Amino acid sequence: MLELREVCTYYGNIQALRDISLRVEEGEIITLIGANGAGKSTTLMSISGIVPPKRGEILFRGRPIHELSADRIVALGICQVPEGRHIFPDLTVAENLDMGAFLRRDRKGIARDLDYVYSLFPILRERRNQPGGNLSGGEQQMLAISRALMARPQLLLLDEPSMGLAPLVTRQIFEIIRQINREQNTTIFLVEQNANLALKVADRGYVLETGRITMHDRAGALRANRDVQRAYLGI
Amino acid sequence: MLTLKDLGKACLIALWFVVLTFPLMVIKVNPIDRIITWRWHNMLWVGLGSFLCYLAGRIWLARRDVRLRRIRQGLAEEKPPLSRRILQNPAIWRPLLAAGVLFFLAFPALFSTYQTNIMITALMYVVLGLGLNIVVGVAGLLDLGYVAFYAVGAYAYALLNLHFGLGFWTVLPIGGLLAATFGILLGFPVLRLRGDYLAIVTLGFGEIIRLILENWNEFSHGPSGISNIPRPGLFGIQMSLDQSITYLYYLMIGMVTFTIFVVNRLQNSRIGRAWFALREDEIACQAMGIDKTRTKLTAFALGATWAGMVGVIFAAKTTFVNPASFTFLESAIILCIVVLGGMGSIVGVIIAALVLILLPEYLRAFSEYRMLVFGAVLVVMMVFRPQGIVANIRKTYQVEEK
Repeated sequence: MLELREVCTYYGNIQALRDISLRVEEGEIITLIGANGAGKSTTLMSISGIVPPKRGEILFRGRPIHELSADRIVALGICQVPEGRHIFPDLTVAENLDMGAFLRRDRKGIARDLDYVYSLFPILRERRNQPGGNLSGGEQQMLAISRALMARPQLLLLDEPSMGLAPLVTRQIFEIIRQINREQNTTIFLVEQNANLALKVADRGYVLETGRITMHDRAGALRANRDVQRAYLGI
Repeated sequence: MLTLKDLGKACLIALWFVVLTFPLMVIKVNPIDRIITWRWHNMLWVGLGSFLCYLAGRIWLARRDVRLRRIRQGLAEEKPPLSRRILQNPAIWRPLLAAGVLFFLAFPALFSTYQTNIMITALMYVVLGLGLNIVVGVAGLLDLGYVAFYAVGAYAYALLNLHFGLGFWTVLPIGGLLAATFGILLGFPVLRLRGDYLAIVTLGFGEIIRLILENWNEFSHGPSGISNIPRPGLFGIQMSLDQSITYLYYLMIGMVTFTIFVVNRLQNSRIGRAWFALREDEIACQAMGIDKTRTKLTAFALGATWAGMVGVIFAAKTTFVNPASFTFLESAIILCIVVLGGMGSIVGVIIAALVLILLPEYLRAFSEYRMLVFGAVLVVMMVFRPQGIVANIRKTYQVEEK
């Protein structure tokens, strides 16, 4: 579904990604784990076009997208939940969700999806008239995921959904990520610090070290791998 | 409610104001007779005035704190602010609106030509404020060079009339379009900039336009400007000065109505929502599939259009343009209108424009102190109501639930 071929991304003169190549298949949950500064978020930013790559190719359903602007990529069905949530703090919860459906014009479909995200996160329905900035961290993360779902993406890019959240809330959110994957058949590309949890929900995983992919395997196999255990799972 | 500490602080503040205003209020130098008059009584008034003002402010804040505490404890119900209560109750705002409309329609009949002229200026600033409100208030792009578009409009009329003899009504849309083009021209280089950097570039842009007009003599006649610009015509009818001022007044009323209508529709449209989102968070905007480039450029262009059209009207009103009318101070006043009125709020901007333009005119009775009072009003407003006269109320829509 999505393929990266030798992607190199720079921030000014600093190279953040070195020849990243990876594949995401339809309907799977894939995870990218790695230490701080390894380039996990940059990979997502490159895919979504917010920080476009300097070299290499990104193909979505066989179509090159690395030269498209961010809004065109969203229109193709790739939606990102940015790191640190980035909800609109002064807009209400309902308006935030409405912004997610910015590119869509099918009112019925939007209303249906709104019902769906409210069923996933009932707390958002209760808070729908409150400004997004008044929500707690966990609720903001739920809002950010819901807002992305309102774009009805085929591929959902999730950047650190567990950031700053209590373990219980994190587990709840990961449960729902799995549910979205199952019910909506949305392919999910998950970037996560919490490698243990990420490898539990994912089908396959890539390990990223200082801008390079060093390992790639089924999630279960990675969890059993001695090196991964030592470096990322703390076992 | 007032403690001894408050009284002590009030005394201190009174003393501070006495010192601060001492050179201005007490010493009066008469350079002809070479004597200094010491007006000690003024010192007393300043001291007493600031003392009482501080206490009044203190009491008001204390009462607000009590009310907020009661609301938190669930003892009292939260009351929406006065402006919102008025705006959300049709029984109150409908008669108010009707009275306002009647007042403005009857204005030239009720007051002298001089007053009408001042009101025309105020109405021009209403439109300028609403235009800048799109850029600063709604899209959140701090523009300190807005007056440049005003200048573009004014010079468009002056020059097109001078060289090609084009009339007011032909140039009005041209001026708007030209300003929009300049808006896009400014927009492109500043697409990547935000906040302070954006403010500096726009400031520079405003100065560039003014300096070009000042120095390019062959093009704009330099600092001496262009005179004998015809007033707006009406099917070739000859009008006396009074009549043409009245005509211009109603033209301006029409212009304001048109602006309010369009700006209101814009804010509630798709592009308006994109502007609000852009103001809040750029990365999230991109992640939601909003075209950042197009959204920013339309904000600049649609904001500039109004300045261009008002510029044309300005040139027609004064029948004379020169670069001195388009200094940074103008940009600052228009920005004041937007901030004082409440970012993004149409009603607020209208009230603020009327207050800020009419206040210095009617404060002329205070002669030398009028700018002092003007400044004091701004400071007090920003301290006690930083959200502006009327905080913006966005339209909220409820999606029908099954």
